[in-house]
Amino acid sequence: MKATLALPSDDKRWRMVNATMRRHGYSSSALIEALHTVQQAFGYLDETALQYVAKSLRVPLSRVYGVATFYNHFMMKPGGTHTCVVCLGTACYIKGSPQILETLEKRLAIRKGQTTPDGKLSLMVAHCVGMCWLAPVVMLDDDVQAEATPAQAATKIQEWVSK
Amino acid sequence: MSGVVTLKINGIDVGAQENETILDVARENDIFIPTLCYLEGLSRIGACRLCLVEVKGISKLLPACATTVAEGMEVFTDTDRLRKYRRLIVEMLFTEGNHVCSVCVANGHCELQTLAQQHEIDYVSLPYLYPQRTVDASHERFVFDHNRCVLCTRCVRVCDEVEGAHTWDIRGRGIESGVITDLNQPWGTSVTCTSCGKCVQACPTGALFMKGKSVGEMVHSPSFLTFLAQMREAKK
Amino acid sequence: MTTKLPQSQLPEEEILRVAEQEQEEKSQYQRHIYVCMGAACLAAGSATVKDSLSEVVDQNGFAGRCAVHGGGCRGLCAEGPTVTIEPDDVLYGKITPQDAPDIIKNLGKKRPLERLHRPTDRPFFLRQQRIVLELAGKVNSERIEDYIASGGYKSLLKAVHEMSPVEVINEITRSGLRGRGGAGYSTGLKWRTVAKADGHPKYVICNGDEGDPGAFMDRSVMDDYPFRLLEGITIAAYAVGAEQGYVYIRAEYPLSVRRVQNAIRQAQRLNLLGNQIAGTAFNFDVQVRVGAGAFVCGEETALIASIEGKRGQPRPRPPYPATAGLWGKPTLINNVETFANIPAIIRNGADWFASIGTEKSKGTKVFALTGNINHSGLIEVPMGITLREIIYDIGGGIPNGKRFKAAQTGGPSGGCIPEEHLDISMDYESLAGIGSIMGSGGLIVMDEDSCMVNVAKYFMEFCMTESCGKCIPCRVGTAQIYRILDNTTRGTATLSDLEQLEMLCDMVRHTSLCGLGQAAPNPVLSTLRFFRDEYLMHIVEKRCPAGVCHLHPEPALYNDTKESVR
Ligand SMILES: Cc1cc2nc3c(=O)[nH]c(=O)nc-3n(C[C@H](O)[C@H](O)[C@H](O)COP(=O)(O)O)c2cc1C
Ligand code: SF4
Ligand code: FES
Ligand code: FES
Repeated sequence: MKATLALPSDDKRWRMVNATMRRHGYSSSALIEALHTVQQAFGYLDETALQYVAKSLRVPLSRVYGVATFYNHFMMKPGGTHTCVVCLGTACYIKGSPQILETLEKRLAIRKGQTTPDGKLSLMVAHCVGMCWLAPVVMLDDDVQAEATPAQAATKIQEWVSK
Repeated sequence: MSGVVTLKINGIDVGAQENETILDVARENDIFIPTLCYLEGLSRIGACRLCLVEVKGISKLLPACATTVAEGMEVFTDTDRLRKYRRLIVEMLFTEGNHVCSVCVANGHCELQTLAQQHEIDYVSLPYLYPQRTVDASHERFVFDHNRCVLCTRCVRVCDEVEGAHTWDIRGRGIESGVITDLNQPWGTSVTCTSCGKCVQACPTGALFMKGKSVGEMVHSPSFLTFLAQMREAKK
Repeated sequence: MTTKLPQSQLPEEEILRVAEQEQEEKSQYQRHIYVCMGAACLAAGSATVKDSLSEVVDQNGFAGRCAVHGGGCRGLCAEGPTVTIEPDDVLYGKITPQDAPDIIKNLGKKRPLERLHRPTDRPFFLRQQRIVLELAGKVNSERIEDYIASGGYKSLLKAVHEMSPVEVINEITRSGLRGRGGAGYSTGLKWRTVAKADGHPKYVICNGDEGDPGAFMDRSVMDDYPFRLLEGITIAAYAVGAEQGYVYIRAEYPLSVRRVQNAIRQAQRLNLLGNQIAGTAFNFDVQVRVGAGAFVCGEETALIASIEGKRGQPRPRPPYPATAGLWGKPTLINNVETFANIPAIIRNGADWFASIGTEKSKGTKVFALTGNINHSGLIEVPMGITLREIIYDIGGGIPNGKRFKAAQTGGPSGGCIPEEHLDISMDYESLAGIGSIMGSGGLIVMDEDSCMVNVAKYFMEFCMTESCGKCIPCRVGTAQIYRILDNTTRGTATLSDLEQLEMLCDMVRHTSLCGLGQAAPNPVLSTLRFFRDEYLMHIVEKRCPAGVCHLHPEPALYNDTKESVR
């Protein structure tokens, strides 16, 4: 029986992380599940979290880092307050989503996967958000912009960032 | 209870234990098959694809290092097709990193260089990708020059499987991947590294070397692994 | 309305009693309204539509006569939110909460509301044949009782009570069912290998990673018929002798994760999962594992690594997972749609299933029909239907009077089908014969405004960024191929680049470790085969015939390729 490690701080969210690991009997195979919980609770994975998970599950540090960076879903930095997702699935691509992405990248002066310096907006891409008939699709948090054009998306973002 | 099988390699009849790989049997019979990710004493991952061979009746090419022999198998290790593919694979390795043999510590003792010679590559027909890579000289005795890394993961495996430290792993994926220390930190700050130097010995190129070596002076000797592996086997 | 059931084992009669009870309860209502709760309709606002329908029903005193349920997808995703009214089989589309009073008032009238009505006697529906999606839209995706009342779990009961595992496997083998995850391997043979393999325990894994960037068939099954999926998985576990199962769902499908988890809990409650299932000696349980955004994890050995908590990197096969899979134990891996076919085969028999489709490709296939097409959505058609029928009869043709150019199947591992092959029979062999694959069911239609070089570049970029990086051919090869395609769309490629492109494709295809790399060149090879003239126009005339690429023929920086190594 492995002893439970002390939580990194008294932030309640660590208890959720610990609960996930406990549910899996602190097995090393619970690594991805544990990282999911960290991501969900904190929004990203920082060094404290990686250390904590590694020690609790007795997984080498480098393996934890390797797993965390292998999967797209895990973020190593905090995201913006808002997230804009440009769909680059096949249907959206052939209907012009790359142009939308390009316009937004220029307008926001960041590349895909990055967050604006003021921390307000992250610009992300997805490979099909499952609404192909509305292509090209841009999502602003939970808002769906159907049949988006570069100009429209840019205006919408501007509105949103200035909010 | 391992039985004996007979097979043909390049038309020659050879005998083998049934749990041996094609590569084992080829080496016992002095038949050359190029390898890179394979290192005796480490797990076989079949990743570099240089040891691919043709087997009669199987449409796919098979990695000799990770394929067990079977009775009546007919293996071909040196066909035109295989030579063409191997040459391209080696060329791609050159384009993927930043390799300048003339200034490299391992010049003359580098497996990548040897592979290029074996495949008569005197120029690379593919464009170089010139990745941005770093040199980590923070360890007191060793240096990791990522420009010369071919991602064979021999260092990762020797550290995990033999030394038991698992200091190394791979970050990211695809063309963006790279070898990391602990939480992607300078080697000198690693909390798991025992400074045993096994990784340095296992490295096929000049990516991992001892401080103070100059051009052409870094000679790797991974043969200790065979010895270690045998000793462990005996203990079991 | 939850039916109280004892926690202990439920013999068959009690499950039948659940069905009866549910049916009786349902028959008290004259009308059942199913509001689609699939991901597409939810995004279009179906949850508020459902609320307002319930509200109107309550307010107008219809409460005892009309029940509102969350239902599944009818495939008309472009018309969401959709609502199905039973038993009249009336389908409404593009509903807003404001439409609720009109819909309720119209119940029982002879004619459906003209303005919202989506007639189901159109070719879109009539040309389809539904096996996997047979209960489409007509069962509650969150209530096992509803599924049981609609005939669900009869197949599992039949299997565990009346058939031996070998008989189940024989039935599946005779049916001719082939894996729907892409490769099309015989499901029966795979089951037999796992059943015969030495090793204990054995595992069953359902592959719900659905990574093709334009496909959502498996999501629909997991969202709308999670019980059907579980029933199929449980039958498989019985047949191969497994005690533990995993459903691996991609992280992008949070709704599927919730629905499948909910379905597992409900099945456990009715003892359709757990120990001594349905009063027999058969024990089996299922857990959900959530992926984390990596296409390669759809590959079976990578998926296993991922479940084991590792980087999702494939390993050489053999050994196949059937003999050495999860934790090194014999493991059955099948696709979602493959499992969803099982209950129908057990219920109706192998001969029935084998009578559908072509000689070598039996049954039906679900496609996600999208792109430049009038009726996008989820369709299920018998194998052997022609592409022309799918596009022009079911899909209603190409919008805006444009000309059909090509259809893409199999996503990043597949190929393009040009106009001259519109009459191709949609089955595994015919598609492979022209350099495409059946794939998992993405079917994207492209009109004359699509540039085929650009499409090839798109898929290569996808493969490059999704390559796990373990083997050299795929890791570096996809990057080199992408570079040439990128140069082609920029107007900086030369004819010798084209030669190099073909050489690289050939090498990557034959030397890569796993299916990702081996199939990555397919979109390039297939567009080269059918649209070589477009490549040449980009390279020689510096012109994109579709007007998609902006070509600036400046010399590339790294054109001097003959650098010395040593
Ligand atoms: C790169 C790659 C991605 C794959 N993605 C999926 C997938 O998303 N879903 C799936 O069911 N099979 C996928 N497969 C196929 C699986 O490896 C495996 O063959 C399949 O799940 C077996 O199920 P079946 O026999 O029912 O088709 C993929 C294969 C490769 C090489
Ligand atoms: S083919 Fe690509 S995805 Fe598959 S093992 Fe090789 S690098 Fe990884
Ligand atoms: S391709 Fe964008 S939603 Fe499917
Ligand atoms: S030596 Fe066999 S694949 Fe690398």
